Amino acid sequence: MSSSTETMSKRSLIATIADEDSVTGLLLAGVGQVSNEPGKESNFLTVIPEKTTVEQIETAFDTFTSERDDIAILLINQHLADLIRYKVDNYTNAFPAILEIPSKDHPYDPSKDSILKKVRRLFGE
Amino acid sequence: MSGAGNREQVFPTRMTLGLMKGKLKGAQQGHSLLKRKSEALTQRFRDITQRIDDAKKKMGRVMQIAAFSLAEVQYATGDNIGYQVQESVQKARFQVKTKQENVSGVYLPTFESHINEEINDFKFTGLGRGGQQVQKAKTVYTRAVETLVELASLQTAFIILDEVIKVTNRRVNAIEHVIIPRTENTISYINSELDELDREEFYRLKKVQEKKQEAAAAAELEEKEAKEQRAAEALALSESQDTSKPHSEEQIQKEVEKLDLKAHEEGDADILQENEDDVIF
Repeated sequence: MSSSTETMSKRSLIATIADEDSVTGLLLAGVGQVSNEPGKESNFLTVIPEKTTVEQIETAFDTFTSERDDIAILLINQHLADLIRYKVDNYTNAFPAILEIPSKDHPYDPSKDSILKKVRRLFGE
Repeated sequence: MSGAGNREQVFPTRMTLGLMKGKLKGAQQGHSLLKRKSEALTQRFRDITQRIDDAKKKMGRVMQIAAFSLAEVQYATGDNIGYQVQESVQKARFQVKTKQENVSGVYLPTFESHINEEINDFKFTGLGRGGQQVQKAKTVYTRAVETLVELASLQTAFIILDEVIKVTNRRVNAIEHVIIPRTENTISYINSELDELDREEFYRLKKVQEKKQEAAAAAELEEKEAKEQRAAEALALSESQDTSKPHSEEQIQKEVEKLDLKAHEEGDADILQENEDDVIF
């Protein structure tokens, strides 16, 4: 347990994979961190439609979930999570926690959320 | 109860029986403890799922408000605020701290929002126009992120609890459906085996006793026979003496008769003699 406590205490950042508006808002709240350390350049990925590929989103997702050890929470727009749904649904680790957030253009759909899906499956609905 | 074949491979001895009984007791105790743990966790789990449901709905509302305030900022500042914001990011003002909470032996992490007020990367954002809107958007988004952090800690607790409950239930079921029946089977096997041994021992004892009795009876009979024989021999001896007696009696009789005859003759002669004597007189 102590080793997990150690790794946990290191995790303090909130990473973001979102469209421009959501990223702007979240950065205004002060979640962004940019550094010169290799592999930890920035903790947010701005997804611009038609410009950012699914591969880029996948790479960012992998970086934030497996490679970086200072991310506690990963916020991802739900419509972007849909693009890499198999990855999000197969992700079972507790750290970092993945949170699907709604975006301005895509209202929140609880039936798509991977956690809420699990909840419903558990209660047999 | 599964089949009688499902038992541990042990030697049916009294010591193993004692061990198995101890094991059964331990398993039952562990089962009840784990069951209680699982119940406590499940209760917590249901509580958390309820809260997640509420928090997700709340998040939807909060994010809507936040998006609206951002729209206000964009309207007020006019130019590309997103680009400006992304370029001026240096250090995270909003960070999270992890704390641990212990629920019946399970450590659940909880995130706590931690805002470092000294860091302000957006001093000049909206300096020209819409500074007020930017400030408002900042507070609204800060609150939104706080809600998100809360939700994230609930979600983490949910994932960990889900895993732990699965493991605990698996253990409970393993003890209930595998270990306890198997130990019970082993105990009944040892008991039946010991009973069998007891019966064998009893039968053997009985057999030995029977043999002994037979031997004793035979010895007695022999002795009796020997006695009888001895008695018979003695009798025979005495009888043989008896038979010699009558034989002699007969002889005596004969002798007596002979003597009588002789006496008769002699008596006659005697009488004659007496007569003679008388005659003499």
